[in-house]
Amino acid sequence: MAGRLYTKSHEWITVEGKSVTVGITDFAQSQLGDVVFLELPTTGRKLDAGESFGVVESVKAASDLYSPVAGRVTTVNEQLAAKPELINSDPYGEGWILKLELTGDLPKDFMDEATYKKSTESQS
Amino acid sequence: MTEPLSFEKSRPNVHAPRLPDAGVAAAEVGDVLPPELLRSQAPALPRLSEPEVMRHYSRLASMNYSISEQFYPLGSCTMKYNPVANEAAASLPGFTTLHPYQDEETVQGALELMWRLEQALCAVVGVDRVTLQPAAGAHGEWTALRMIQAFHRSRGEARTEVLVPDSAHGTNPASAALSGFQVVEVASGPDGRISLADLEAKLSSRVAALMLTNPNTLGLFEREILDIAELVHNTGAKLYYDGANLNALMGVCRPGDMGFDAVHMNLHKTFTTPHGGGGPGAGPVGVKADLVPFLPTPTVERTNGHLKLDFKRPQSIGRVRSFYGNFGMLVRAYTYIVAMGGDGLTQASMDAVLSANYLRKRVEGLLDLPHEGPCMHEFVASARNLAPNGIKALDVAKGLLERDFYAPTIYFPLVVPEAIMVEPTETESKPTLDAFADAIAEIVIEAKEDPEKLHHEPHSLPVGRLDEVATARRINAYLQGQSEDPILRWKPVRD
Repeated sequence: MAGRLYTKSHEWITVEGKSVTVGITDFAQSQLGDVVFLELPTTGRKLDAGESFGVVESVKAASDLYSPVAGRVTTVNEQLAAKPELINSDPYGEGWILKLELTGDLPKDFMDEATYKKSTESQS
Repeated sequence: MTEPLSFEKSRPNVHAPRLPDAGVAAAEVGDVLPPELLRSQAPALPRLSEPEVMRHYSRLASMNYSISEQFYPLGSCTMKYNPVANEAAASLPGFTTLHPYQDEETVQGALELMWRLEQALCAVVGVDRVTLQPAAGAHGEWTALRMIQAFHRSRGEARTEVLVPDSAHGTNPASAALSGFQVVEVASGPDGRISLADLEAKLSSRVAALMLTNPNTLGLFEREILDIAELVHNTGAKLYYDGANLNALMGVCRPGDMGFDAVHMNLHKTFTTPHGGGGPGAGPVGVKADLVPFLPTPTVERTNGHLKLDFKRPQSIGRVRSFYGNFGMLVRAYTYIVAMGGDGLTQASMDAVLSANYLRKRVEGLLDLPHEGPCMHEFVASARNLAPNGIKALDVAKGLLERDFYAPTIYFPLVVPEAIMVEPTETESKPTLDAFADAIAEIVIEAKEDPEKLHHEPHSLPVGRLDEVATARRINAYLQGQSEDPILRWKPVRD
């Protein structure tokens, strides 16, 4: 998707008006390996930009999830509780993690796809 | 060879030996326990005869793998040989028949051992006092953080953050979080050492402590430790030493001299008490003078050759363990220290560093070595050079199991992709190190020539590749109420 934006901590977002969808990148899921568990916030929770909102756990490691924007959680992907493998199989589609309603401005330090791809090449 | 569960072998109406009548009237369970605690039916315990039980556990024991049989290169775990002399000392009836409530006057020998061990540990790490109570490394970390918290509070400061490098042991952030601190991560630089610029940016009057291990988890010595200590102390924070890697520098340099204020030591790593299933562990904590008032109670005090336990320490964080810690481990560690002497401990650390560097050199060209050598007592390699063949660190580890070695630590530290972390310790001879390096070489050839074969190893062990992913997902789904059945092989009968 052309409108997808990326963070240094390997989250992606798409923006539609005030609504922001958040997930983790394909690179992030490939580094984590098979995801076995996600700890996610409840709807209504207010998050600051950069605040940790949950944990993604694979058989290799557990990693914090960070909110790329300031906002209020409107929807959590309920499917992930029973099917954490969606993070691996479809990180940009069915493996989305949550939707936020923006409470501030959209930060300016996101990367586009090409820049993000370049940044991961040195890490893999 | 596989062995069924004892529950699967159970046969009805089989009895263990019947014990003779005790000659004392047994109390009815219902008379001594409240009704809500009573089962409605007897638990479904397995029924086997004595020889069946003996054979069952003997078979299981024969499948075990331990440092007494083979090389155990588990990075960051310091799996050293546990000397027999330690066991002989710990088996002395004067130690094994002690009761923790015995009068102080009748346990002067045990107190003397604790006092002498404290003196020895103070000398090794360069601190003023040591508590022997913590039962393991992470428990030691937590104990030290509670003392640091109490220290800041005693000065009217509510410091809320603990800094932890991104290469740290997972127990560091866990201990900090459990003590009520916010964990703030400090980045490593490209050379694998802590970034001074990032440390400076994260330090503030909110920071209670920086937790650091030196050498760090990449097996690299933090060369700028004196500058790090100065930066930390200038903001009023304390510097905490994670003793997991102490085996690299016994008798060579001391954390206390580097500026560390609190130091934990793993007796089950550095000081040869059993590690893993053979534990329990012991994680004493040493502190500099300004943290001494906060040590757990009781401390052992010695005046004119007479020993006593001191419970009157008004600023103490209190007890952190029942009685006096895992006393049997204290006996073993003290035995090791006395047997080795100061020079022996120094030699042990030198040999541990030599073993690691030798093995690192032998692995060069086989696996990636992401950081420049020489290393300290362990090194981190990466299997990413085998990625084009579809081989991961996990496959290399499984290939080592097939070749009769315990696997190194994999996927840690997190800052190295496909990490393989090897710590040989001073225990291993050159022939053992060579055999291990040869096994790695064989695996790398197989990875390139027949990766499919490697994907299916090990074949020669009781079980091959376990489906860890399915297991973890099913158990998590069960714990979250998403499924009825965690799919265990044997299902307990629920009353």
